[in-house]
Amino acid sequence: MANPSAVCNGHLHHHHHQKQNNLLKSGISKKNGITKGMKKNGVSNGTLYKKTFIEHFEQAPMYVAVFTFVGFAVGTIFGYLRDFMRAWGLEKRNIAAEREQQKDFVPLYQDFENFYTRNLYLRIRDNWNRPICSVPGPQFDLMERVTDDYNWTFRFTGRTIKNVINMGSYNYLGFAETDVNALKTVTIELEKYGTGVCSTRQEMGTLDKHVELEKLVATFLGVEDAMVFGMGFATNSMNIPALVGKGCLILSDELNHTSLVLGARLSGATIRIFKHNNMQSLEKLLRDAIVYGQPRTHRAWRKIIILVEGIYSMEGSIVRLPEIVSLKNKYKAYLYLDEAHSIGAVGATGRGVVEYFGMSPDDVDVLMGTFTKSFGAAGGYIAGKKGLVDFLRTHSHSAVYATSMCPAVAEQIIRAMKCLMGLDGTTQGLQRVRQLEKNTRYFRRKLHEMGFIIYGNDDSPVVPLLLYMPGKIGAFARRMLEKNIGVVVVGFPATPITESRARFCVSAAHTREMLDTVLNALDELGDFLHLKYSRYSKSSHPELYEESRLELED
Amino acid sequence: TGGMGCRVKDYLYWLYYQYQLVTCSYVLEPWEQSMFHTITVTVLAMVVYTAYVFVPIHVRLALEEIIF
Repeated sequence: MANPSAVCNGHLHHHHHQKQNNLLKSGISKKNGITKGMKKNGVSNGTLYKKTFIEHFEQAPMYVAVFTFVGFAVGTIFGYLRDFMRAWGLEKRNIAAEREQQKDFVPLYQDFENFYTRNLYLRIRDNWNRPICSVPGPQFDLMERVTDDYNWTFRFTGRTIKNVINMGSYNYLGFAETDVNALKTVTIELEKYGTGVCSTRQEMGTLDKHVELEKLVATFLGVEDAMVFGMGFATNSMNIPALVGKGCLILSDELNHTSLVLGARLSGATIRIFKHNNMQSLEKLLRDAIVYGQPRTHRAWRKIIILVEGIYSMEGSIVRLPEIVSLKNKYKAYLYLDEAHSIGAVGATGRGVVEYFGMSPDDVDVLMGTFTKSFGAAGGYIAGKKGLVDFLRTHSHSAVYATSMCPAVAEQIIRAMKCLMGLDGTTQGLQRVRQLEKNTRYFRRKLHEMGFIIYGNDDSPVVPLLLYMPGKIGAFARRMLEKNIGVVVVGFPATPITESRARFCVSAAHTREMLDTVLNALDELGDFLHLKYSRYSKSSHPELYEESRLELED
Repeated sequence: TGGMGCRVKDYLYWLYYQYQLVTCSYVLEPWEQSMFHTITVTVLAMVVYTAYVFVPIHVRLALEEIIF
């Protein structure tokens, strides 16, 4: 008579314990039919989300915020001192200054942005714009650069720093490679077509490569048709004005990328912002829009379009697509999904957030994405119904005026996509997606265990590590480079002023050894710079995770 | 080689480095750092001196208030 629980080796007890916790959690935190925090299958509102959606946005202890402000205050005081010395001639002026004849006009360089650039950004400027001189694969070569006058000017010593581990490039699937076998078809196309297209899509710039690529993109995403453009930023900024105009309403997420913001502003439509990934805020805006209509006339809006991104690159959070789709169906709005970082990077076969949530691509009206991140190429696409894409072919600014995509780049995308779909006869594509998922999970789990504050969803390959204090931004980047690891640090104004961070982009091309090297270096540096602010380290109990930000505005 | 002294020295250097990072004096040029350290040390010395001179008097007065 064997005890059945003995077979499970304690799993039975563990499962029971977890289930109790889930019921308890869902009982307490149910609100508006949407549960906060952890969601498990089959328990409370499991119909919208088929898998758990765990996001972290932990707040640092209060003293960190205080010290951050102290740091900025010191920087500002010394900034004023240096400006004073420069204005009174006590110090040589290296900066842009107005001419003598313009002294009575409105000052050009006195606003906060210029002050910040001159006095705060410039002191640690050596951590950005570092020229690289190899392919941005999992490792790359940097040109060594020194400054003699505290970052006003740089000079190259002529040396290259070799094999720096690359934790900053958006090389999610590792397709930025120079392997001759991999690039065979690209070389053939390069020799056949050359590099320049020298025309726009509507004149003589539509090549058979573009038609082939568009068909492939449509098949890959599971939609009717697609159109490709030469530049990812221009895809957003030039096509949104074609889709919406005056009298339309754009509901845009707080943390949308500049290309979406620019496109929205260029269109001339009314823009309203909802809180980041906050569905209550979005619903309130939708209801107000439908009830009150346009501002003065109270007529109905011609179109209501919701602009969101698949993965937000500064936060690492994934959009709550099932809820947005149910909202859009209820209130009859349109959805524009920018999958710049998520196409190829999430989803069981790399088809983006639509597949990640198990939804159908027909739910999203306009699917947009870029080829710069996961496909190692350049350009963007817009996909959807055939009517939509045909309309864009005639009315988009990009189609009329912008040069079309280079054929060699198109071939690179074709070969990467075929590899992902398995059409080249190997399982390499699927292996890359799996490897990326494994790497992401491992990296995030280890960073949590070490005690760093990491933002974002557990499945997103973009990992922001919070640094907070302005002094640590420069120190972190420089010390990581000394250890031969290249990282990207971000501060104000790309992030809120108190939340400067280092952003890691995990790649499928990173081996376990590379990730371990980086994690060891981070461990050491975290202790040395005192960066481990998290209060929830060394455990992965669900109930200890901070709830994702879901507060209602009022 | 130092031994015990080396560890103390490393720890003191680490403390100084933390102070530099937290107050953002890490990004300043050397002469600015000297100025900033002088000011900080002066202010700190004044605070310590004031505490040393005045806190016992205030504590004694407060205790007298409580007792009477």
